[in-house]
Amino acid sequence: MACYSTRLRTRQTYSWVGKPFLNPKLHYHSYKEMSVKIEGGLTEIHIQVGQFVLIEGDDDENPYVAKLVELFEDDSEPHSKKRARVQWFIRFCEVPVSKRHLLGRKPAAQEIFWYDYPACNSNINAETIIGRVQVVALGPDEVIPMDLKNEETLFVKLSWNEKTFRPLSSELFAEFDKLRECSPRCQKPVGAKTKAVRSPSWTRAEHDIKRIESRHSTSKSRPTPSHPATPRAKKRLELSALKTPQKTGEIHSSCARNDKKASPDCQRILRTRVPALNTMEIIEERTLKPIYRGWPSSVVPSVILTPKNIKKREAEEPEAQDETTSTSHRIRRKSSFLTLNRIRQQLRFLGNSISNQEEDEFLPAAEISDSSSEEEETSTPPLRGRTSSRVSRDPSSSMKSSLQTPSKTPKKTPKPHTPRHATPQIRSRNLAAQEPASVLEEARLRLHVSAVPESLPCREQEFQNIYNFVESKLLDHTGGCMYISGVPGTGKTATVHEVIRCLQQAAKANDVPPFQYIEVNGMKLTEPHQVYVQILQKLTGQKATANHAAELLAKRFLTQRSSQETTVLLVDELDLLWTQKQDVMYNLFDWPTHKEARLVVLTIANTMDLPERIMMNRVSSRLGLTRMSFQPYTHSQLQQILISRLKNIKAFEDDAIQLVARKVAALSGDARRCLDICRRATEICEFSCRKPDSPGLVTIAHLLQAVDEMFSSSYITAIKNSSVLEQSFLRAILAEFRRSGLEEATFQQVYSQHVALCRMEGLPYPTMSETMAVCSNLGSCHLLLVEPSRNDLLLRVRLNVSQDDVLYALKE
Amino acid sequence: MSSRKSKSNNVIHAEYLSQVQRILQVQYKHLIELLKRTAIYGESNSVLIIGPRGSGKTMLINHALKELMEVEEVSENVLQVHLNGLLQINDKIALKEITRQLNLENVVGDKVFGSFAENLSFLLEALKKGDRSSSCPVIFILDEFDLFTHHKNQTLLYNLFDISQSAQTPLAVIGLTCRLDILELLEKRVKSRFSHRQIHLMNSFGFPQYLKIFKEQLSLPAEFPDKLFSEKWNENVQCLMEDRSVREVLQKHFNVSKNLRSLHMLLMLALNRVTASHPFMTAADLMEANQLCSMDSKANIVHGLSVLEICLIIAMKHLNDIYEEEPFNFQMVYNEFQKFVQRKAHSVYNFEKPVVMKAAFFYAQQLPACLQEMDAGQFPPQMATCIHLQVLKWRGGIILIQIFLTS
Repeated sequence: MACYSTRLRTRQTYSWVGKPFLNPKLHYHSYKEMSVKIEGGLTEIHIQVGQFVLIEGDDDENPYVAKLVELFEDDSEPHSKKRARVQWFIRFCEVPVSKRHLLGRKPAAQEIFWYDYPACNSNINAETIIGRVQVVALGPDEVIPMDLKNEETLFVKLSWNEKTFRPLSSELFAEFDKLRECSPRCQKPVGAKTKAVRSPSWTRAEHDIKRIESRHSTSKSRPTPSHPATPRAKKRLELSALKTPQKTGEIHSSCARNDKKASPDCQRILRTRVPALNTMEIIEERTLKPIYRGWPSSVVPSVILTPKNIKKREAEEPEAQDETTSTSHRIRRKSSFLTLNRIRQQLRFLGNSISNQEEDEFLPAAEISDSSSEEEETSTPPLRGRTSSRVSRDPSSSMKSSLQTPSKTPKKTPKPHTPRHATPQIRSRNLAAQEPASVLEEARLRLHVSAVPESLPCREQEFQNIYNFVESKLLDHTGGCMYISGVPGTGKTATVHEVIRCLQQAAKANDVPPFQYIEVNGMKLTEPHQVYVQILQKLTGQKATANHAAELLAKRFLTQRSSQETTVLLVDELDLLWTQKQDVMYNLFDWPTHKEARLVVLTIANTMDLPERIMMNRVSSRLGLTRMSFQPYTHSQLQQILISRLKNIKAFEDDAIQLVARKVAALSGDARRCLDICRRATEICEFSCRKPDSPGLVTIAHLLQAVDEMFSSSYITAIKNSSVLEQSFLRAILAEFRRSGLEEATFQQVYSQHVALCRMEGLPYPTMSETMAVCSNLGSCHLLLVEPSRNDLLLRVRLNVSQDDVLYALKE
Repeated sequence: MSSRKSKSNNVIHAEYLSQVQRILQVQYKHLIELLKRTAIYGESNSVLIIGPRGSGKTMLINHALKELMEVEEVSENVLQVHLNGLLQINDKIALKEITRQLNLENVVGDKVFGSFAENLSFLLEALKKGDRSSSCPVIFILDEFDLFTHHKNQTLLYNLFDISQSAQTPLAVIGLTCRLDILELLEKRVKSRFSHRQIHLMNSFGFPQYLKIFKEQLSLPAEFPDKLFSEKWNENVQCLMEDRSVREVLQKHFNVSKNLRSLHMLLMLALNRVTASHPFMTAADLMEANQLCSMDSKANIVHGLSVLEICLIIAMKHLNDIYEEEPFNFQMVYNEFQKFVQRKAHSVYNFEKPVVMKAAFFYAQQLPACLQEMDAGQFPPQMATCIHLQVLKWRGGIILIQIFLTS
C-alpha cells in the first residue's frame, strides 16, 4: 500500500458538489458528492456516496478504509461542519493481536474485512478523507490475486465482528452489487438506500450463516432443498471506480473513469471469470426459488440480483446444509432456550458481582433481552473498551456535536492491553533450523523423546483397552472414568494421545460420534482448583475464577441438554489435584456418573494404589474399578522400541542396542532414559571418530561410556578430587564415628581427631577457622550433612555417603 | 604505576577465562556442542553442571555462551533466560522474570503480570506454540539449581523439562549447582523428564598444575605496552615460583582448598602491596597475604580481651576440664576465679562479684561462638546463670593465656 501522506491535508480544500437535499427526518442537508482539491496542484478528486475511501488514521502507511454511506452538513455547529457517515472496513493489522489467530490463515497483503460491528462510530469528519480506493469483494473460496500491480485495490472476503471472521453474507454482496448499479451516473441517493440495507435484516441473516458454519458437520448428510438466506455468491466487484451501470447478474464489464491505472487490471480479472458466470445463471434460477417460501424479507430482491459463479456441486452443498441447519436450529431453539436463558441470567448475575475483568466476557443485560435469534452468542463484544479507546485517542473529540459524536480518526488499531486473549508466541527464528546431515544426526533426531513415532510398539494391549473403553462410551452416549497408573516413562500419556488421535480420525470417518477432547495436567496448574478454569476455558473459551468456573461446569454437566457431543477429558498427574477436602477429585469423578454429562474422564498418575492411599471412600468409589496399570518396559520391549525408532538407519550395533535395553530395564524401565542414553552415545561416537568419511557406528564402548556418565555416582570422584585437608577431615569423621560408634559427631569432636591426624601426617597445625571452612565446603557439596554454622563447635556432622564409599575413595 | 597495577589485574581476569577453558577442556567441548545443537538444529536438551563452589561453573557457561554468540548464524537466533535460585525464590517470581526476559510482556501490554495461574498458562502456551524447525531456541540457565527444586511441586522444572522433551519450542535447560545429590532432589516424574546429562567440574588438577596456574595468572602478557617492565616482572614471577617459601605457602593453600577463586584472593592480597617504590612482588608479600587469609578468627577475639575476662575464661576452662563438658553456672565460675585470685593475689586485682558478673555476661554476649545457651529463666534470683562453655582449644588463645600466666 502506498503511503498516503496526511501532511497534505492542510493544503486540501473540501467542497460539496451538487445541490443539497434536506433529510426530512433529521433536518440536515445531505450531499451526494464532494470534491477534494489539493492546493497548488491541479488535481481534483470527486468522491461520491457509495465509493470506498481512505480515511486518515493513526498510521500513515495504512489509512483506514471505509465505504462512504452519506455526506451531510452538520448545522448544529456554529460554523457548519462537513460530516460523513461511513461503513468501516478493517485491516488485518487493525484486528486485535489476540484475535488474529481466528482467521486461521495468513492474510493477503491487501485483504481487508467488512467491519460488522454496529457499536463502532461511523460518523466522521468529512475532511479526514484522504482519497478514494478500490475495494473488490471476493467469494469464500476465491483466491486473492497476489501479483496485482495496482496497489490501490483492496479485497474483501470476510467480515469481522470483533469475535469471528465470517464470510460475507449474500446481502452484503447484493449491496456491493446495488451500489455499483446505482453508481453515480444513476444519480440516485444511495445514502438512504444503503441505510435500508443495513437494517436488521442482514444482521439476522448473518447470524444464520454463523450457525450454518458451526453446525456444518452435523448437517452434512441430509439432502434437502436449499435454504435461501445464504446463497453463496461469489463475484468480484469494482465499486469505487465503476461508472457503467449494470443491469443484472451478467458479466460485469468495468471501466474506471478516473483511475486509468486500475482499469486494465480489473478487466483482466473479469475476463477470466466470464465462463463461470455464464454457467451459473441457470443454476441460480432454480436454486433461488425457495427464497420466497423461506424468508419473505427484505433479503429477496437483492438475492435475485446475485449471480453465482461457483460450480454446480459446490453450490448445492452449502445450500443443503443451510436448509438442514436452519430446521435443526428451529427444533433446537425451544429446548435450549430455557436453559440458555437461565444460564444467561446466571451469568449476568454473577458477572456483575465478580469483577471488572469478567464483565465483558458475559452478556450485558441489553443483549439478553433480544438474544432470541442468536443463541450461540455467549459473549458480547467489548463495547466499552472500543469506544473509550477511540474517544481518548481522537484529537477532535473536543468538538462534539449534538447529533454525532465526532471522531475524525477512527480507531481500529489493535488494543495492546488484552492479556487474556493474547496468543503469545516465542518469536520465530530468522534462520531455518538445519536439517540433519549425517546418519548419526538423523538417528539422534529420531531418538529424541519429542520425536513422535508412527506407532507405539509394545503398548498394543493397553492401547486396545483404552480405545475400547472410550469408544464404547462414545457409542453409548454415556460417561465413565478410567484410572491409568504406571511409573514415569512407560508411555501412559503417549498411549492416551494415540488413542485420542485414532478416535478423532474415526470420528471424521463417522465411525464414532464426534467428541470434544480436553487435556489438563496437574503439574501445569498452580493449584488444584485451577483445573476448573482450564477445563472451562478449553470447553467454551470463557474465563472465570476457579469457584465460578466450577459452578458453570457443574451446571453444564449436570443439566439436561439436547444434542450435545461427548467430552473426553484427560487428567494427567492426578495426584496433584489432591486437596484437603478432595472436592476437585470428587467433582471430576462425579460428573461422569450423571447421564446428561456425557463425560469420559481418563486419569493418569504414577502410583498404582493412589485411589486407596489418598482418596476418600466416596471419591474412590466414584472413580470406579476401571483401572489399568502400565508395567515398566522389559528389556525386549525397550529393544523393540529402539529398533522401531531406528528403522532403516544403521547407526547402532545390534549388541549395543541390546546392552542399553538391558541396562535400562534393570534400572528403571524408563523409555526416556533409554532414548537419552542412546542419544548421548551417538554424540560420543561422533566426538570420538572425527574422520570425515567414516559415518561411524555406535558401539558397545560408546554406550557404556554414556551409561557411566549418566548413572555413575559422582561422590567417589568428588572425594578423590578434594583437597588434602578435606580428605583428612573425612578421615577424621570416620575415625570419630568408629570411636563413638555413632553415625553423628559434633564438630568439636571431629576437630580433635582432625588435629591428631594432621600431626600424624606431618601437616601443619590446622586452625579452627580453616577447618570450619573445610567442613562447610564439604557441606555445600552435600558430601556431609551439616547444621547451620552458627552452632559452631557444637555443629553436628553426618556423612551423606556410605562409609565404605569414603574409604574406597580415600584409598590411594 | 598504580594504573599499571590495575592493568595487570585486568590481565589476570582475561587469563583466568582462557585458563578455565583449558583446564575444563572436555566439559567445555561437551557443553558447547550441546548448545550448538540447540541453536542450530533446534534440538531440545537439558543438562546439569555440577561442581563445588569456585570450580568455574558460571565461568564455563558464560564462556560457552560467549563463544556461541560469536557464531553469526546463532547470535540472531537464540534467546537467553538467566534465572538464579537465590533471586527467583518461587515459581511466581521466576515466571515473571522469564516473561520479562523473553520480551513477552510487550506482546500483551501492561496486564501481563496477572495472577500466577494466568501467567503460567500464558507462558506454557507461548512455549507450546513453537516447533523444532521454526521457533527461536531458548536457552534457560538456572543458577543455584538446587534451590529451584524446593519450589512447590517443582512446577517450573517439570514444565521446562517437559517442554524440552516434547516437540515444542526448542529449549536448552542448563542447571548450575554445587550439590552432588541433586538428582535425588528431583521428584520422580521431573527426574524422568530430565535427560540425565551431567557435566562434573571437580578441580581435578594436582599441585604442579596449580603452580602453573599461579605463574600464568601473575605473568604479564606479551602485548603489555611496557616491554622492559613486563620482562622484569615475568622473570620475577618465575623466581617466585621457584622460591621455597613461596612453594610452601602455595602448598599450604592448595592443601586447604583447590578452589581457584581462593588462590585468586590470595594473589590479589599480595598484589595490593605492589607500589611504585616496591615494584615487584616478593615472597614476603605472599607470606603475609597467606597469613591474612588463614587467620584464626577466634584467636583474634581473645587478643582483645581484658585481664578479668581472660581470667574468667581460664576459670571456665578449668571447670570444663574437671566436669567433662557438663554445663556449669556462674557461681561455680566465680568460685574458681576467687581461688585463682587468692593464689596470685599480687598480680590480679580482686573484683567485686557484680563486676565479674557483668564481665562474664558481657563476654557471653560478645562471644556467642564460645559461650552459649544462657538460661535466662534462672539468671536474676540466684545469680546462678547456667553457662555452657565449650572447649576452647584454639591455638592462639592458649598461647596467649600461657604468656599471661607466666608474666
